[in-house]
Amino acid sequence: MIEVNDLVKRFNKFTAVDHISFDVKEGERFALLGPNGAGKSTTIKMLTTLLEPSEGQLFLNGYNVVKEKDQARKSFGIVFQDPSLDNDMTAWENMQLHAILYGVNTSKLKKRSKELLELVELWNRKDSLVKTFSGGMKRRLEIARGLIHEPKILFLDEPTVGLDAQTRSLLWNYVDNLSKVKKMTIFFTTHYLEEAENNADKIAIIDHGKIIQIGSPKDLMKLTKTKTLEKAYLKLTGESIRDEKVDPHEAWRSRVRARNMR
Amino acid sequence: MKVIYILWLRQIKRFFRSKSRIVGSVGQPMLFLLALGYGLGSVYKRAGQGDYLHFLVPGIMIQTALFAAMFYGAMIIFDRQFGFLKETMVSPVSRLKIMIGGALGGATTATLQGILVLVVSYALGFRASHFLMVFVAIFIMLILSLAVASFSSGIGSFVEDMQGFQSINQFLVFPLYFLSGALYPLNNVPTWLRIIAEINPISYTVDFMRWALIGQTKFGITKDLVVLLITLVVCVLFGAYRFKKVQA
Repeated sequence: MIEVNDLVKRFNKFTAVDHISFDVKEGERFALLGPNGAGKSTTIKMLTTLLEPSEGQLFLNGYNVVKEKDQARKSFGIVFQDPSLDNDMTAWENMQLHAILYGVNTSKLKKRSKELLELVELWNRKDSLVKTFSGGMKRRLEIARGLIHEPKILFLDEPTVGLDAQTRSLLWNYVDNLSKVKKMTIFFTTHYLEEAENNADKIAIIDHGKIIQIGSPKDLMKLTKTKTLEKAYLKLTGESIRDEKVDPHEAWRSRVRARNMR
Repeated sequence: MKVIYILWLRQIKRFFRSKSRIVGSVGQPMLFLLALGYGLGSVYKRAGQGDYLHFLVPGIMIQTALFAAMFYGAMIIFDRQFGFLKETMVSPVSRLKIMIGGALGGATTATLQGILVLVVSYALGFRASHFLMVFVAIFIMLILSLAVASFSSGIGSFVEDMQGFQSINQFLVFPLYFLSGALYPLNNVPTWLRIIAEINPISYTVDFMRWALIGQTKFGITKDLVVLLITLVVCVLFGAYRFKKVQA
């Protein structure tokens, strides 16, 4: 369902992603883990058409992400690390806007929006402005919105940042259900290693732009002779703290997020 | 068309939900109308030029549409900073449609603000030479607003923060407006100012608006219309070209 061949991304002389390859099967839950600045965000941006690769090939649902952008875009839904909802619109209006952008017809739009808002327990708040929602509610709405066009693949970029334990548990239950019942392919990044251990079928660990290991959580623990994924991860990536080069918009969004959480 | 419509509708809804934006949009033009209209009105009359309020209102309406439409570029910066732009950038929709939908929304709200100023001007005693010509004035505002909103979407595509955007606004749009003859007649101005006014597209829009509302024209309406349409085409092309390269 996702195929990445020899992918490279260079920013001038800096190589952010350095010849990585992997594939994700239908219905599989795949986690891309790595320290700050390892190349996770750049990889996810290339997979979701926000960045063009310097070299290599990417396929989503059989479509070449560079040459068949629109078909590839119809194949996936995404929940970004930072909220991407319009806060001045209602939950229903956000769903409607997304559905129209993805060419969902009107009758299907109403039916799917109702089903999904009920699924994420926001149906009774459908007419409320998003700016009145908590962080967890916004995240649930983003998941519902990302699913309205019935994608084959769902990208989750650090989906549980800033959420409480209850909402995190609820979110992973939805995701688990989507993968098992709907056979949806899930691709996620996270810094919470216990979430990756519990929710990923396969994990790729990326560092300095290269994939240093791929396998199931058990494989990685066995390989590193450790008992938890966190220990396996630290053994593979080392314990030194990494400094990430942050773009100004990400920095601004982080400040807003921090202010909203106070 | 549905995509353009929904993105247009988003701008309209956001405008009507922001009461402070509605009040603010009329506040500055009102200040100009009251301070200049009444402050300079007697001097203007003594110089034998007639009623300054009637001369000023078309210019103030252009001012309102111009600055309000320019605000659409700031919306793109906000959308990028709040993450909404990413949502549209990963959707299977051409960037041209995204730009056009938003710019049409920005142009419509800018025109609505101009109409609001006209309504207040009527309350202050302004009267158009013919009531039906008000619709021509609205059409002029809509075309200008679409041109400016497209232009500002191009600017908002590559400027990363509000400070940078405001600087461009101050160094580009303010001079274009103040050197357009919106606030004073261009009949007896120094040569350098006349030359600047003649190469400034806003001068022609102000002139067109003045013809529509009070029947006065300096350049002639054919020239005014041609310049306005050329400005529209150039601005839409610029906006589309820059927006194609926008990074979310």
